Amino acid sequence: MAGQTIIPAGDFRTSYAADTTVFPTTTSRNAMIAGIALTCVAPHVVNEYVLSLLIQIGIFGIAALGLNIVVGFTGQISIGHAAFFGFGAFTSAYLSNRFGIPVFFCIPLAGVVTAAVGLVFGLPAARLKGLYLAIATLAAQYILLDFFARAEWFTGGSVPASAEPFSIFGYMLRGDKQYFYVVLAYVVVCYLLVTNLIRSRDGRALVAVRDHYLSAEIMGINLTKYRTLSFGLAAFFAGVGGALYAHYNQVVSNEGFGIDRSIIFLAMIIIGGLGSIMGTLMGTAFMVLLPESMEWLSVALRDSPIDQFLGLKNNIAFLREMAIGLIIIIFLVFEPDGLAHRWRQIKAYWKLYPFSH
Amino acid sequence: MNTQLLIQLLVNGLVVGTLYGVVAMSFVLIYKATQVVNFAQGELLLVGAWVCWWLLTKYQVPFYLGMPITLVFMFLFGIAIQIVILRPMIGEPIISVIMVTIALSTVFSALMKWMFGVNLQPFPRIFQTQNVNILGLQVQTVYLMSLAVSVAMMVGMAWFFRLSKYGLAMRATAFNQQVAQSLGISVKSVFAMAWAISATVSAVAGVVVAVVNGVSAGLSAYGVKVFPAAILGGLDSVGGAVLGGIIIGLLENVAHFLDSEYLHWGNLYEIAPFYALIIILMIKPYGLFGTKDIERV
Repeated sequence: MAGQTIIPAGDFRTSYAADTTVFPTTTSRNAMIAGIALTCVAPHVVNEYVLSLLIQIGIFGIAALGLNIVVGFTGQISIGHAAFFGFGAFTSAYLSNRFGIPVFFCIPLAGVVTAAVGLVFGLPAARLKGLYLAIATLAAQYILLDFFARAEWFTGGSVPASAEPFSIFGYMLRGDKQYFYVVLAYVVVCYLLVTNLIRSRDGRALVAVRDHYLSAEIMGINLTKYRTLSFGLAAFFAGVGGALYAHYNQVVSNEGFGIDRSIIFLAMIIIGGLGSIMGTLMGTAFMVLLPESMEWLSVALRDSPIDQFLGLKNNIAFLREMAIGLIIIIFLVFEPDGLAHRWRQIKAYWKLYPFSH
Repeated sequence: MNTQLLIQLLVNGLVVGTLYGVVAMSFVLIYKATQVVNFAQGELLLVGAWVCWWLLTKYQVPFYLGMPITLVFMFLFGIAIQIVILRPMIGEPIISVIMVTIALSTVFSALMKWMFGVNLQPFPRIFQTQNVNILGLQVQTVYLMSLAVSVAMMVGMAWFFRLSKYGLAMRATAFNQQVAQSLGISVKSVFAMAWAISATVSAVAGVVVAVVNGVSAGLSAYGVKVFPAAILGGLDSVGGAVLGGIIIGLLENVAHFLDSEYLHWGNLYEIAPFYALIIILMIKPYGLFGTKDIERV
């Protein structure tokens, strides 16, 4: 029902197209466009530090989106997402260094290569489910990490691989300000892609596999195909995110792709909301800002009794780790549907105000 | 071929393998009784080892006192985790339960690092003699102790499940919760008890490892090695877990031998169990002794 500015009370959708439309009203579409336009202005308004946080949210948001396809939409468990993220980073650096492919093409190419690797590790998903799959992905995490350490031709081994800065048609982008737009473009494209994927036949098949795999199979959905496919898709977005990460830092080391990073990715989608696309971005923002806000707190509390008791300065890293774990537990126990659900409730509250029903 | 090294490594493998077996056994215990895959098993080891170390060094408690105190603490600790964290998760989807245990492992490992630091701490000496000579082979006393403790734990576990009333109740619950409940078994207390016993047994293993190698955050690696062991043996078979643990321990050391003598790839020791894990999952996901009722797709 495009053309409407507000949703009428009650459900008046009469066609399938109206039911699956991305923007139910023109207001929501305009709000989204305005939001993106506003984000475009951001690099000129905010300082370097905030800009780097925004870039991180974008990069991790793309990777977390991939994980949400596997976990949130297809209902499979993957504890090895960070390894794919790292694979994408190394692949992109390798392609641009070894073959001299422009970085512009390297990033999607890295996504494709990582997707191929994801399909290989997704093969157990064709046969296993639930916790067996979780354990298989855990093994994948360790095997890939070992591969990074071993394959010196590919990753540089103990010496970090360097990644070239992003360039487009010979024009080299310099600094965070310009790179921000690259990340923003990828975020918009990836989120639009996944939104449309979920509306398509394949997306519905993935959701059907999650909701009831037996019914899905009876209705003619090829379980093996869609389970493996979801792993491939997840790896694709992890690869794209990793490639963006590589060219952002311009150096890729073995660090930071371990199981703890995988847990953070899982935390992002759990906090954002499993099976919610915008929730993924919210959860990512939450998880990127959480350690930073703890940093601010520790600075604010310096030399206070709390600081002396906790020893904040030396122990902030451990406290941060603990906070991540605690946040996951708190969300799982009290808000299993994540921030997206809370956001919907807030919206509903304002929409219906002052009549709550 | 370096026979001396091979024998040494096989002995190592056996000792480490029995420890893996003990940890895998306690992992399987939780899985069997409560259907929870515990990703925080390694951290239970870690907590037990640190508590014991703390009692022994800070308060100068003698070992024969410190150990029982540790075990009692871990028993209560296991019950507390079950009641506070995992009881609300009953009936939630499997991903939530797995995530909770992963989060628990993050919390505990960070908490331990915060409280005790990241450095390796040597454990107070417990035995006077360092080495014992067996058939011409120098064997460290702690290794013998480790082996003896592991076997004792396994025998104790077998006795508990076969002959004790509580063990029977636990097996009944694992078999069918509703039927067990209708026969007057408190499923709630069985769940709590499973966690308590698992935590205690893990703590014993943790202290043993700590006596051999010292205490550090690296202890929780045993929790990750549990997966190859438990999957190999079959996720719901206690005996299988023990055997799986021993096989994985031997496999690690054989891989290490091949690596150092012939292949020179490096780090094969660490990674071989995971390759084995993937292969087992592909060809025989229910393991050697597991129930074959996994829904195959």
